[in-house]
Amino acid sequence: MTDTADQHEDRADAMFHALADRTRRDILRRVLAGEHSVSALAASYDMTFAAVQKHVAVLERAGLVTKRRSGREALASGDVEAVRSVGSMLTELETVWRGRIARIDDLIAPPPPTERNQ
Amino acid sequence: MPVTDVQHDPDNLTLTIVADFAAPVERIWEIYADARQLEKVWGPPTYPATFVDHDLRPGTRSTYFMTSPEGEKFAGFWDITEVDGPSSFSFDDGFADLDFNPNPEMPVGKNVFTFTEHDGGTRATYVASHTSAEDLQRVLDMGQVEGMTEALNQIDDLVA
Repeated sequence: MTDTADQHEDRADAMFHALADRTRRDILRRVLAGEHSVSALAASYDMTFAAVQKHVAVLERAGLVTKRRSGREALASGDVEAVRSVGSMLTELETVWRGRIARIDDLIAPPPPTERNQ
Repeated sequence: MPVTDVQHDPDNLTLTIVADFAAPVERIWEIYADARQLEKVWGPPTYPATFVDHDLRPGTRSTYFMTSPEGEKFAGFWDITEVDGPSSFSFDDGFADLDFNPNPEMPVGKNVFTFTEHDGGTRATYVASHTSAEDLQRVLDMGQVEGMTEALNQIDDLVA
């Protein structure tokens, strides 16, 4: 990575700003799973097409989403490479493993006492 | 959070995670020996795992698939190489087609899980390694949605 520390910080700011909104996280989740047209995304939310378009633009500026045009449609997909550039590959692997460990912890947790037992 | 130590070894493309669980070694071992429990922890809730074959004996192959929120299935296998219950086991994990034929195009990772008694609970050490950066990249590409979805859900939990 040849970025300066400042560029890195700017990108982190943009990324966290983009992820600080529930709808944008939801959009990112959908487009990471596969390309979606902005109009298809807009149909999933109780908001105007313009509002959804704006959310996609914020994600795009943060480098989390890329857009391409196909005819009259704007197609958005999650840019995993860009997401990855923020952390190392091992960090990404660590996330997967931390999830597994948290689930083991849930599994071995004693069941919460019920009122009947008390 | 039970994770007590994480080490990245970029030269050897190895991730080591140490976690302390508040349960005896035998209880933790049982999770790995029992397919029904293992599948509860292997895949994230958004990509639940289903183990089809799992016997945790050396020389056996365990098979599983994970199901995406859209219903798409991704299959994988574990080739169990060493077992010393309830203290440790080793396996190679790779990707397979939906008939569980290993995909030779895809990398195979090596894993060593060790469990020791620690303060009345269990200290688990997970070592996962890959042979090349390209291999690790491809594994992450396969699991990227899982990893990212997980990360996003964690943010959701954090701000909830």
